[in-house]
Amino acid sequence: MTSGTLFSSRKSESSAAPGWGRRFSLTLRQLYSKPASAVGSTIVILFLFLALFGPILAPYGANEQIFSDARRPPSSAHLLGTDNLGRDVFSRVVLGASEILLIAGSGTLIAVLFGTIIGLISGYKGGWLDETLMRFFDSLLALPALLLALLLLGIMGPSKSSVLIVLVLVYTPIIARVVRSVVLSVKTKGFVEASRLQGESLSWIMFREILPSVMPALTVEAALRFSYAIFLVASLGFLGVGIQPPSPNWGLMVKEARVHISQTPWALYAPAIAISILVIGVNLMADGLKRVLQSTSSD
Amino acid sequence: MIKSDIILHLINLTIAYLQAGRWLDAVRDVSLDIRAGETYGLVGESGSGKTTLALAIMGYLGGGGSVKLGEIKLDGQDLLALNENELREVWGSHIAFVPQNPQSSLNPSLRIGEQIAETLRYHQGFDKTDAHQKAIQLLEKVHIADAGLVANSYPHQISGGMQQRVMIAMALSTEPMLLVLDEPTTNLDVTTQAVILDLVRELIQNRQTAVLYVTHNLGVVAQLCDRVGVLYAGELVEEANTDDLYHKPLHPYTRGLLDSVPRLGEVKGEINLRAIQGQIPALDERASGCVFQARCPVGVEQCGQRPPIFHPTENRWVRCHRWEEIYGGQISVQQPELQDVAQHLVEDSEQGDVLKLERLEVYFPLHRSLNELVRRSPARLVRAVDGVSVNIPAGRTLGLVGESGSGKTTISRAIVGLVPRTGGSVQLLDFPLAPELKDRDLETLRHLQMVFQNPEEALNPYLTIGETLRRPLVTLLGYSGQVAEVKVRQLLEAVRLPASYANRLPDQLSGGEKQRVAIARAFASNPDVLICDEPVSALDVSVQASILNLLSDLQMDHDSSILFISHNLAVVSYLADQVAVIYLGHIMEVARSKVLFEPPYSPYTEALLSAIPVTDPHAEQRLVRLEGEIPSPADVPSGCPFHTRCPRYLGEICVDKEPPWQTDPETGKRYYCHIPPEDLRQIQEHIFRTDRTLNV
Repeated sequence: MTSGTLFSSRKSESSAAPGWGRRFSLTLRQLYSKPASAVGSTIVILFLFLALFGPILAPYGANEQIFSDARRPPSSAHLLGTDNLGRDVFSRVVLGASEILLIAGSGTLIAVLFGTIIGLISGYKGGWLDETLMRFFDSLLALPALLLALLLLGIMGPSKSSVLIVLVLVYTPIIARVVRSVVLSVKTKGFVEASRLQGESLSWIMFREILPSVMPALTVEAALRFSYAIFLVASLGFLGVGIQPPSPNWGLMVKEARVHISQTPWALYAPAIAISILVIGVNLMADGLKRVLQSTSSD
Repeated sequence: MIKSDIILHLINLTIAYLQAGRWLDAVRDVSLDIRAGETYGLVGESGSGKTTLALAIMGYLGGGGSVKLGEIKLDGQDLLALNENELREVWGSHIAFVPQNPQSSLNPSLRIGEQIAETLRYHQGFDKTDAHQKAIQLLEKVHIADAGLVANSYPHQISGGMQQRVMIAMALSTEPMLLVLDEPTTNLDVTTQAVILDLVRELIQNRQTAVLYVTHNLGVVAQLCDRVGVLYAGELVEEANTDDLYHKPLHPYTRGLLDSVPRLGEVKGEINLRAIQGQIPALDERASGCVFQARCPVGVEQCGQRPPIFHPTENRWVRCHRWEEIYGGQISVQQPELQDVAQHLVEDSEQGDVLKLERLEVYFPLHRSLNELVRRSPARLVRAVDGVSVNIPAGRTLGLVGESGSGKTTISRAIVGLVPRTGGSVQLLDFPLAPELKDRDLETLRHLQMVFQNPEEALNPYLTIGETLRRPLVTLLGYSGQVAEVKVRQLLEAVRLPASYANRLPDQLSGGEKQRVAIARAFASNPDVLICDEPVSALDVSVQASILNLLSDLQMDHDSSILFISHNLAVVSYLADQVAVIYLGHIMEVARSKVLFEPPYSPYTEALLSAIPVTDPHAEQRLVRLEGEIPSPADVPSGCPFHTRCPRYLGEICVDKEPPWQTDPETGKRYYCHIPPEDLRQIQEHIFRTDRTLNV
């Protein structure tokens, strides 16, 4: 319709193409233009800060037991109180941030890497390869993530690396599907067909022609998966099949404190609230990213 | 003229959109009157604000848009003063609207009959049975043959042309005072468009309905409207009777618009299209003076002030400071010629063919239904291209013209290998081409390039223009570093873009500029054959001309052959040396473009030529209309594929026997029909006569 083109004002004078650095700062600025995504981004940045500087910020070690101070309510000495073993809850929550972000983050990243490559090849090549991969992924996706994770951990036994592998296996199919669907819509566009007619190599077409157009959707999906991954890591810790004690995993902390809820409720609420805030924060940011990236890139 | 005669009365209407916190005028200070029984054509390119204006009249601007100033009066009643409930009353019974896209305006879950009946019941108090009866009558009125059946169908079960008829039937069901049509035929094929236009003409002829017809198509306006208003960048710049406007346009923009469209029968070399320089300014870039100032060939200092309305004669006006000089013929407002295309007229001589298609076939298997799977019947085939043989001589252009579903795009994709052919052969410079792209070597790719239809999708949005242009140089020609950079600059220069564009991203370019880059990329490897699939159909008319001229220019420099595909016969015949007309995967006629418009015509070409609205209100056009819809390519009729709709149907022979290729000795035309040329010549006269007599 005519009114659609009415607004397409040409950004005539800004001549050079923006680089990745500028694009990042632009995205961040746009995230902060709406309250919801601004809150989300702030939370994520705050937790990243905690993860990085946790060892400096935490007054006590994660497993440092002060028997004399066991089961203390929040006070100036122990901001969030202590648990039944006399461990400082604040320190454990702060130190736990790095662990959960690291495992959930690296699991998501590896899943994104695999999922992107598989989705690109599967979507671009099509045919029997695509059919086989997608049917296999469908069968994986048919199981709820937690069920699949329990199954895999039952086979591999609980450890940090097992949890990582579980994250990769659970999220790779989802990422691959998202990437594939974008690839399918991009690969019939003129610029991709033109590059085929120019005899470009497969890797150039996939990584230089198609991948950039996939990036917005991929970024949003990755952020969303990241929030689910945090939740999954915590859930597995809570169920006792993931990361094992005495690690300051938030899920594990909730599980341990559950027994003593009448005596040390703070030891349960603190990690539970940390999980909630982080997951909500990441989700808000993902929504914001969707608004920022997919509205400008959807042509 | 009596005052009450005026049905629609717009006074100084200004409509603005809220954009990034600022109100920007999309329509500025527009005044116009439409009288009872009058058809008013509102012409403008995309971005001119014509749809905004139409929607504002309907009181349907939606969020973000608002009438800032002025009045809209319908038969004396101020529409802007009405509330939603009162407006609803007006919408149904006094104003009717026919939109561009009928599909999104019909409720997909209601049968056609019910939708029409609903309007009748609500606005005219019919009871259920009467309303249904009346609905069927209305469908019959818009010449729907099987009205009862259509009334019982859902919108998706009938074709686009049929849907548009239903919309028209609904619009006229309440005998409105004002009928607003917003590009009602833009999404339709020409032969369908012709039928719809006939229908509109017939229905409004004996009524007192005032009609506002909004379009970008100058031909449609010439054929349908009594008076025309030309809208540019939100301002009405000229208004006149249709005859006056086409024969003596006064505003430089009107003149530019008329000069930029090729008309039927005009071929390059004999006529030179003149593009309007520059592009329509964005909403926030509009000057306070004359809106056309930046692109005007005769702009003077005075144009910094907004020109008032001048009345050269009683019933026309123009907003241009220099109207007197233009009217008197002292100055020419023609846009400058881009180059002398006359030299492009190549003499007829024996040239070798660079591209030969021999019985090219592209079939797609349809998915089998469960029933077919169980019965193990073979998959049905869509015969998109069914035995096409054409040649393109060196340095020449072959135009391929056809309606949607004719297989023209499939042919182009089969030639370049994006779609594998299922039969026949393609030869490039005497070498047979492999059906699939992956089996072709770089040398082959270098000689065969393509320009795509949609400039918005033709360039990678994440690569700079320089990078995009460098790739074919690197992969196909093996250039690198400094040499490639120099070449990129030359390519940009060849398509008349500044060298600084190399650093830009595609979204910093306009549609026309993007298509220039796409053309530069295609010419980078100096191909022998260039396939152009609808390269200008997504562009505004004022930009089209410059792209067409650019193509023929580059073709001269590179001595390339072009296969130019389009649905627009006027554009094809302007650019091409030879034109092939395609219908349902079959070539129906091949003729030199100069003689294409002379009889004898193959019956399909005849209908096609008759369907095109000629950009001249005085043109005499013989009426040939096609019955029914174009058959599905999955079910191509036997014998001659056109026999189901052919107005010159002979009988059994057309159904049973494939027609022979006949050659007309006088014009050298070759066509696919059972009727011999001498017989055709006898029954066919010239399809139209027009003379382009513009007073310069």
